[in-house]
Amino acid sequence: MAAPALAVRPRRPLPGLASLQQVTSRPAGLFGLAVVLGLLVIVVLGPLLAPYGYSEQNIGERLQGPSAAHLFGTDQLGRDLLSRILVGTRVALGVAVPAVLGALACGLVIGVIAGYVGRWVDNVLIVVMDTLQAFPAVVLALALLAVLGASLQNVIIVIIVSFAPGYARVARALVLVAKENAYVEAERALGAKDLRIVLVHILPNIIAPMLVLVAMDIPAAIAVEAGLSFLGVGVQPPTPSWGIILSDGFERARETPWPIVFASLALMVTTLGFTMLGETLRDVIDPRIARVRRWRRTV
Amino acid sequence: MLVYLLKRLGMTLLVVVLSMVFLGLLVHLVPGDPVKIILGPRASEALSALVRQEMDLDEPVLVQVWNFMVGAAQADLGQDFASRLPVTEILANALPHTVILALASLGLAVLAGVPLGVFAASHPGTWIDRLTGAVSVSLITMPAFVAGLLLLLLFAVSLDALPAVGSGSFSDPADYVRHLILPSVALALTWVGYLARLVRVNMLEVLGSPYIRTSEAFGLRPRLIFYKYALKNAIIPTIAMLGFGFGNLLGSAVFVEIIFSRPGLGTLLVDSIETRNYPIVRGAVLVVTVLVVLANLLADLSYRLLDPRIRLAGKEA
Repeated sequence: MAAPALAVRPRRPLPGLASLQQVTSRPAGLFGLAVVLGLLVIVVLGPLLAPYGYSEQNIGERLQGPSAAHLFGTDQLGRDLLSRILVGTRVALGVAVPAVLGALACGLVIGVIAGYVGRWVDNVLIVVMDTLQAFPAVVLALALLAVLGASLQNVIIVIIVSFAPGYARVARALVLVAKENAYVEAERALGAKDLRIVLVHILPNIIAPMLVLVAMDIPAAIAVEAGLSFLGVGVQPPTPSWGIILSDGFERARETPWPIVFASLALMVTTLGFTMLGETLRDVIDPRIARVRRWRRTV
Repeated sequence: MLVYLLKRLGMTLLVVVLSMVFLGLLVHLVPGDPVKIILGPRASEALSALVRQEMDLDEPVLVQVWNFMVGAAQADLGQDFASRLPVTEILANALPHTVILALASLGLAVLAGVPLGVFAASHPGTWIDRLTGAVSVSLITMPAFVAGLLLLLLFAVSLDALPAVGSGSFSDPADYVRHLILPSVALALTWVGYLARLVRVNMLEVLGSPYIRTSEAFGLRPRLIFYKYALKNAIIPTIAMLGFGFGNLLGSAVFVEIIFSRPGLGTLLVDSIETRNYPIVRGAVLVVTVLVVLANLLADLSYRLLDPRIRLAGKEA
């Protein structure tokens, strides 16, 4: 006998070609996509594009302004700022992308369990998430780094811990809606196990809006990494994080403005590009998400 | 309302207690000797023994957490490893500077963000709306430390117009305010963008509601409808955001205090991490968290008091 019509699951399509056309038809989306694609090219080709080695010192040319030899100038050790900023893109995205994906994975697991199981499990998980969200993201990150120590891996860990509660809340809200759908009821009536219902019927329907959040959280994660590195508790020298370039520039702000100017520009264009792409994707794929999501904590 | 108030207070208390538990357990999150984790591998035996004794690290973990919570509830957060002063005294000296900075920034954000949002909403779909939208997004995406560094370069280094270092003295209010301008603007910029967007969206939503159309049908002046009837309702959700904004600004104040060499909880926190002064780290994090939780509580309650729809919905429920 054929399955009842109710069991036919209306799968939410993943962002496809039609969505891409909608994104590029909007100026903000086009700008965001261009920035993100440009950054990906820099991440892949960074060291090849860089005119000098990022740690190559030339004390004779220290603290220079922009010139034909050094388009962005040089820092206090005579290192080429353009090369350091280009390679720094790898550090920024190399921390932000895995950190946000890690937060997404943790948040999904916690949110799906809370939303699907409900009852006391939901209450306990929500209180724990509320507690973690009570700490301002930077302060929580600093508290954790005080114990874990400063390193690139630990920055990824603290971003995961800071961001996961936000994902858990959204995932929980989406699961609460999805599990009330008729096709889930029908599956349950047909004897489907909870794990199958979650993996086959609920997850595919909540993953698209969650992925949109990833695009919107990457700039926040980039800013957290740069901020922690600026304070000296994040990525450690000589790795060229944009935060470290800003910190070096800050110490010599009276001698040369260029490290601050160019590293700030890199950060601002990157965060603006990801934000505009994320917001356009959100509008195209799932406008509901703005309603279920709590206000995001940023630096 | 009373039931809601009690529930909300209970939840706030629970979050504060769990935050204390988290901070009490923090040194045990990493495997190994907590003393080595706090002081580093090269700490002297004498200092290690002192830390072990002062933080009850010889006791079982649950006893340590309990002692920390009981101490915190009695405003006893231990002693600074270096100066031997009580941590609460050190925090009490730093706290006013951070709170003043956060409040000044929030005030600036409201003064600039709300009119910007109203202005955009009064020209929907025009180039003015698009321009203010672009400005808002640019401000939102600009991290506070980037804003701080750029303001420092422009107004303190290049133009030499405003002081860049320190906080001035409370005894000279004019000097204190002069020292407050750059840090508070740096901290406020993100929230100018947030509030402008929020107010614009709320205004457009309210302007599309039936009671506004009715007011128009009655022939009321557009200016009266816009500023008296629409703005009044559109501003209510902004109030809930202010509580959250205050907490957010307390967090971001860390960067601004470092950039402008201001005293405050942020500077204290970063300095204490560098010098591995763990009681101050724990105390500063706890104080900031409690302030954030209280600000959220206050915003939530004022939102319910100000919006009769929520109040009445609560009664009906």
